[in-house]
Amino acid sequence: MNDVKKDLKKPAKIMLREIVDKVYAEAWEAKKRGEPVGWSSSKFPAEIAETLGLKVCYPENQAAAIAAKHGGKRMCEYAESLGYDNDICGYARISLAFAAGAECEEKPMPQPDFLLCCNNICNCMTKWYENIARMHNIPLIMIDIPYNNTPEVNDENITYIRAQFENAIKQLEKISGKKFNTEKFKRVCENANRTAKAWLKACSFCQYKPSPLSGFDLFNHMAVVVTARCRKESAEAFEALAAEYEESVNNGTSTWHYDENYRIMFEGIPCWPELQNLFRPLKEKGINTTAIVYAPAFGFVYNNMDEMIRAYCKAPNSVCLETGVDWREGICRENKVDGILVHYNRSCKPWSGYMPEMERRFRKDLGVAVVGFDGDQADPRNFANAQYITRVEGLYEIMESKKNGGL
Amino acid sequence: MTDIEILLAQFEEIANNPKKQLEQYISEGKKVIGCYPYYVPEELIYAAGMIPMGLWGKRGNPNKAKEYFAPFYCSLVQMNLEMALNGDLQKLSGVVHTTLCDTLRPSSQNFRVAMDKIPMIFLAHPQNRKPEFGVEYTMAIYSKMLNQLEEIVGRKVSAGDIKEAIKVYNENRQAKREFVKNAGMHPELISAVQRSAVLKSSYFMEKHLHTTMLNELNKMLQASPIEEWHGTRVVTSGIICDNPSFLKILDDNRIAIAADDVAHESRSFRKDAPYNEDPIRSLAVQFADQDQDTILYDPSLNSRPSHIIDLVKNSNAQGVIVLMMTFCDPEEMEYPSLYNALKEAKIPCLKIGYNHQITDFGQARTSLQAFAEVLSMKN
Repeated sequence: MNDVKKDLKKPAKIMLREIVDKVYAEAWEAKKRGEPVGWSSSKFPAEIAETLGLKVCYPENQAAAIAAKHGGKRMCEYAESLGYDNDICGYARISLAFAAGAECEEKPMPQPDFLLCCNNICNCMTKWYENIARMHNIPLIMIDIPYNNTPEVNDENITYIRAQFENAIKQLEKISGKKFNTEKFKRVCENANRTAKAWLKACSFCQYKPSPLSGFDLFNHMAVVVTARCRKESAEAFEALAAEYEESVNNGTSTWHYDENYRIMFEGIPCWPELQNLFRPLKEKGINTTAIVYAPAFGFVYNNMDEMIRAYCKAPNSVCLETGVDWREGICRENKVDGILVHYNRSCKPWSGYMPEMERRFRKDLGVAVVGFDGDQADPRNFANAQYITRVEGLYEIMESKKNGGL
Repeated sequence: MTDIEILLAQFEEIANNPKKQLEQYISEGKKVIGCYPYYVPEELIYAAGMIPMGLWGKRGNPNKAKEYFAPFYCSLVQMNLEMALNGDLQKLSGVVHTTLCDTLRPSSQNFRVAMDKIPMIFLAHPQNRKPEFGVEYTMAIYSKMLNQLEEIVGRKVSAGDIKEAIKVYNENRQAKREFVKNAGMHPELISAVQRSAVLKSSYFMEKHLHTTMLNELNKMLQASPIEEWHGTRVVTSGIICDNPSFLKILDDNRIAIAADDVAHESRSFRKDAPYNEDPIRSLAVQFADQDQDTILYDPSLNSRPSHIIDLVKNSNAQGVIVLMMTFCDPEEMEYPSLYNALKEAKIPCLKIGYNHQITDFGQARTSLQAFAEVLSMKN
């Protein structure tokens, strides 16, 4: 009987995929019903819109999906034809092109009626969303999270951000025509916490040697933590994923089907149009990715409003150098990496801007091999496969040498 | 030399020799604080009896700064770090580092790590600066900045000191605004190179002294008869436009700067600090009032293009030259809206790539010659 049940159980990756599909399907349905649909930056406090029952789509997730399906170059060029410089973030260019009406079969979503912008990720987000608000003449709800220079978030920041949360609630009450229900908010927050914890638990299975998963899987699964972290089914899906990994550890199986000669951290956002190219030399050399910065970056766990605000102050591009280093070195140690592959992401100035210093710290503090390559999260024109292959070979050689007592 | 020329030469001497100014202050026993762009409340530094000096990069190529930045970062920030790593800033008693763009964010961390002997005063301005909660946040961070300055100078700064500094700075801003108008009306007396030097020198001078010199210049300009200008008139827009080689091309082609929307120039002195019993609130409200800037959130969404169109109309300019700082995404993001608005208003616009590394503006020269012809036909 148990075996029958087990056979009927959906694999977690299918559950996760269905959740993302549902987020976008619900947005389309809401649009058809004439309800306002929003576009939101990935680290805007999703708990607010969810509490008010507003349907929201995520341009960063859309841009990544379009880029992974090889529509990035076409969309970026469309944006450039509108006057946006090719120096601008690839996600922003794709999103601006879509907002301006570029055809896009890869990942269509409803055009927005309101915008939720939080600049904890970057300042580029502010101007990106302003441009869309202008194009569509729609309201923009702005939550500004000042950059931090210390690991602790200052009290004045909390007071400032709390006032903005309250302001955003008022603005969204008007848009939704609903009153903010604090009881529902509590339940939504519980879901968000449960999702975050389950996500972190699933990511933590990378610590096992050999790992029950290929770290690249997490890049796919993170779509749910971006688009649907306040939903109960997201928590359940990540819990199921964690259970599968646990089972794999017990059974000695893995989604990584190659040798695990070495384990690395992949630093930065992946080059979505080049996932195959990124993966190929790694699998050939038996290098599994067992640490990604997105694990802690989306693990928003909190117990009250102040803690929630502090959690939203901790995006990869809003924390100080020391916190950024601590996060990374923490997951590198936990997940026992031998090396770090740093993506110098042409699209992301705040992220790549302190990478040379981080590289130095990784080498000194962890004693592991560190190699960088040039790429882009969405624009394939900024990636050179030959350079990437050479850099991975270099990383492999340093790891080999270290293993054999050299360097 | 005329009296105007004598004064202009003095401004140019200061603008071109910030190091000499710094040495002078140090020899007088004064403490100097470097200020990154943008919107540093220099009044607090002045009130503490120290000298604020602007850090807007210098011409040249980054070398040591490459140890901290990949190549795709703006030259202003890279050259500031380069100056620091070369020891040019070692005599500063502190540096105020802002974070209003995506390059300044990591730059603050790189500067702090690379220059651990120079106290860094970290200043993260709010984007939601206009509501009361934004003003209060600004007041909180300005108060912290003041505390750090007090530590550096070793004494308390009174509200009266700050009020006096605000008065000095408001007078200086007023004098600069007047000068911009006067320079636009007298391109035959003030070249683009000289205009830049007059404005740039204020970053390296004690403001009351700059105001005294500038008031004198303004008086002379106002007393000069308006002459017919046999050339064209433009509004410049961008982050910085202080390279004499570039500005000389404007002069050679009789392209006068009638007004500007440049961060290093007019954007920095558009707004005075209004009077308030609490001078910290005055400064916070002044920042809240800042608008039409690519690096600031614009709650009204589209105020900058109409502001620049007004600048063109009010200054009798015929076109706009956008100095696009390489790798500056806020400026790049706001370019399409500006371009479309100018096109709709039938105002010619020329975009020219600009950074601290360019030494040969040959391509720009050709574009500017052609642009001048287009503008002259518009007359």
